[in-house]
Formats: sequence, C-alpha cells, structure tokens
Amino acid sequence: MLRKLLVANRGEIAVRVIRAAQDLGIATVAVYSDADRDALHVQIADEAVHIGPPAAKKSYLNQAVLLKAAAETGCDAVHPGYGFLAENAEFADACAAAGLVFVGPSGDAIRTMGDKVAARSAAHAAGVPVVPGSMGRVADIEAARHILIDTGFPVMIKAAAGGGGRGIRIANDLAEFEAAFPQAAAEALAAFGDGGLYMEKVITKARHIEVQVLGDGTDAVHCFERECSLQRRRQKVWEEAPSRALSDRVRDELCASAVRLTRAVGYSGAGTIEYLYDDEADRFYFIEMNTRIQVEHPVTEMITGIDLVAEMLRIAGGEALRLKQSDITPRGHAIEVRLNAEDPSRDFAPFPGTVSSLRVPGGPGVRFESMLYAGYTVPPFYDSLLAKLVVHAETREAAITRLVRALGETRIEGLRTTKPLFLALAEDEAVRANAVHTRWLEGWLDTHSARLVPDLEP
Amino acid sequence: MAQIHSPLPGTFYRSSSPDKPPFKADGDAVAVGDVIGLIEVMKSFHEIRSEVAGANIRFECDNEEPVMAGAVLAQVD
Repeated sequence: MLRKLLVANRGEIAVRVIRAAQDLGIATVAVYSDADRDALHVQIADEAVHIGPPAAKKSYLNQAVLLKAAAETGCDAVHPGYGFLAENAEFADACAAAGLVFVGPSGDAIRTMGDKVAARSAAHAAGVPVVPGSMGRVADIEAARHILIDTGFPVMIKAAAGGGGRGIRIANDLAEFEAAFPQAAAEALAAFGDGGLYMEKVITKARHIEVQVLGDGTDAVHCFERECSLQRRRQKVWEEAPSRALSDRVRDELCASAVRLTRAVGYSGAGTIEYLYDDEADRFYFIEMNTRIQVEHPVTEMITGIDLVAEMLRIAGGEALRLKQSDITPRGHAIEVRLNAEDPSRDFAPFPGTVSSLRVPGGPGVRFESMLYAGYTVPPFYDSLLAKLVVHAETREAAITRLVRALGETRIEGLRTTKPLFLALAEDEAVRANAVHTRWLEGWLDTHSARLVPDLEP
Repeated sequence: MAQIHSPLPGTFYRSSSPDKPPFKADGDAVAVGDVIGLIEVMKSFHEIRSEVAGANIRFECDNEEPVMAGAVLAQVD
C-alpha cells in the first residue's frame, strides 16, 4: 500500500483524489500555485506545497518543481489526476527514475496509446475494430484507391504530421478524392515538412461510447460503458452509464474488446477505451485510449459501486486486481452533467468570479463533486469546470427526473454557469429518447442557446 | 494620455502565439479597434481592442502576466 501521495493537480479532481487516498489511510500532499492558495484541495490535504505562479507551465506542468515537492515531503507516489501531466510519458518516467510510484500506467504504455498510429495498430492486433482506413501512411494514390474499398465515401484525408484538426480534407466522391489527395500531400509537405497522409472513413452520425477498464499489468476487467454523445466543440457536457443505444450482444462485444486491448498492452491502472458507435450499421470502432482517470468516471462508480480512484491507488501500491469480472454488475442508470463557469446564452463565454453563496444538492442518488465553497473565488487561469452533478436511479427516465430535481436544488450564486443548458436538455424530447449523436448538441444550440440565460444572483 | 484596460481577468499575451511578433511594440501608434493583445480566460482567448487612438503605446503588463479585470494593460499619448 502506498504511504504518502503527492496530488499533482488542482480543482475538483485534486479534491476527489485526496478523498480517495484519505479513505485508504494514505497521507496526502496538495500542490498549489499563487492563484490557488485558498483552494479546497489545499485545505483538505494533510500538507500543501506552493509550486509557483498561476501560469500552469510554471506550476502544475513544472515537472522539476513537482518532483522536488514530492521528495521534500517524503512522498512515495504521485497521482496526476486528469489534464496537466496525466498523459505525459516523460513525467511518468521521471517519477519512476526518482523512485516514486506514478499512479497510472508506465511511460511506455502512455507512449504507445498516445501515438495514434501505434494505438490503432495495437487495437487492430488485439482484434478490436478500428475505423476503416489506412493502417499508417498511405504509400501513394494507387494504394489510396485500394483503401477506398474499405472506407467508402465520405472519406477523410489527414496529414500524418498534422493535429488538432489541421491538415484534414474530406472527399465526398471519387472525383473529389482524385483532386484532393495530391493537393493534401502537397499542402502537408509545405505546412509540416512531411507529405505523409492517412485515410479514414467519415462516420457522419456516431455516438461516443467508451469502456472503463482496470488493469494490473497482467489481468484486466471492464466496468461497462459510458455514453458521452452530448458534446460541444468536442468537449463532453453530459455523460451517462450505461448506454441505452447498445443491445446486450453489442455491449458484450464492445466490453470484451476493451479487455482484450487492455491485456494486450499490459496496462496497469484505470483507463478508458473510446469508440465511435454507428447506429445504422450497428458497429463500433476504436478511436483512442485515455491512459488516466477521466472527468466522467463517477457515472461508472454509481452503477457499479466501485471506487475507481481507490482501485487505481491499490493497483499502484502493488496489489493485484481485487475484482473479478463476475464481481462487477451494473445497477440502474447514472447521469453526470458538467457545471462550468460559462454563460450558455453568450456562446459559453467564461465567467470566473466569486461564489457569493452556495446551495449544494443532496438526497438519495445525488453526488456533487466539486471544489466550491461559499466565498471561494474561481481563478481565471484554469479550466471552467466548477462541479459535476451526478445522479443515479433505477432507470434512465428516473435519473433524468432526479437530475432536474437536483439541478433545482443547486444554487451557485455570483457566477453564471451551464445549469440552464442541462435543465433545457433534460426537457428535450431527443435527449429523453436518447436520439442523439456527437454533432447533435451543436445543432440544437444554434436554435436554443439564446434562451439559456443563467440567473445571476447579486 | 489614455489607458487601455483589461475587461476580463486572466493571462495577458502580447502576441497571437509565442513565435509571432507582438501586436504592438512599445512606441507604436494605436488606432481605435487595433488589437493590442489577448486575454486568456479559462482556456479561451479574447482579443483586446483599443477603444482609444494615440501615439507612443507603453505596455504596463508583461507578456504572460496574470491580470485582474480593470487592470491597466497599456498607456498611450
């Protein structure tokens, strides 16, 4: 078992990790920038170390200062949370080199799954369906024409050296493809100094479905799936478990494929394997693996009763997986919504400020994961997540009713938040029928966002 | 003499990316509507446009400096 843990993060996830460690009797050390002196994670940790100015690259991303804090406080482990250094293979290696347990997979596992081509190859090798397309770089236009047999149209042509949406072209038919392919190669060479291209089938209406896994380096189990199709600018806003879109047969195949991949890469810790699910074809395709705990992990905890962060800490402490697959059964339905400091009526403009008063929702089946307290000033330097409201009930319908009840109880005064978005979504027929896909919310917002005006209490 | 204030709290940037020159160098003239910097608030970027015209801009905030809403970013003659 770990003895003393440095929590290399801030905000609600730092609070979540500190709580899990303390529940296991592990001492905790928080870290904080100048902007976070009064933060909840600093108050509840057993110790706290100042690590620098507000800018993340000088504090929460500063590996040297984090390792020094761990050494000086006598920690034997580091939990990276999510974001910041959570998927930084060099940091995982640096922790190991400093004799610290990195609570997560090895640097090599992060590198493999963080590299899109390597991850896709690993998935393919483990018999996990991948989005039809090239396995790595396309040699030339002759080879590209062969790949079209698998992908069909529309097809995406991507610069191998691109990223973040840059260097992508979509061809809707063969004529467009014949024109676009050489242009894309020339552009990629000019923009990135590398004319290499990938090809991938475009799935226009897909759901985002992901499987939670736990591995101990040898064995692996899944904790069923989450559906996170409600997204804005590729950011999830509403997540649930299980997915109502899957048949039992497809769910079994999906979860089994996630376990195969987790085992195949010798994965250790908690991870999430993300898929696109195409309703029309009733097929799922691997997209990527996230080698960390995710924001939306609580919906899985609510339906399985497993404390995923505690399991991460136990595995990092050297224990073998305590859970057999047959021990893990889903019960009921859980929904999480992300209450962000953003004004949904004004294109989600950020709204940092001071929480003048706070009323937290409660009662059966309600969980409020947050770092807020009355009088807390939300700094402008980090992300806008204020709280995750998580509800659990016997059915999806009952969970939505409970969500509306809990949102009504929630009052975060002094800030504008995304609460009106969730009240409106909970009333929407398409959401209630789960007739959604990953591009659905952006279209809905075009016609609905103007009336999502938050109450702003003085 | 006039001041240009930050309408938002956040992190002030003088250029659009680290490898680009600053929007304005000390001593430049400024017209109404000119972008003089960016403020990053919760990972989103907002252009700061001057509401005044003048000569000889002098920055009171460094690149990547944290600022409060209302902070003086620059002065112009």
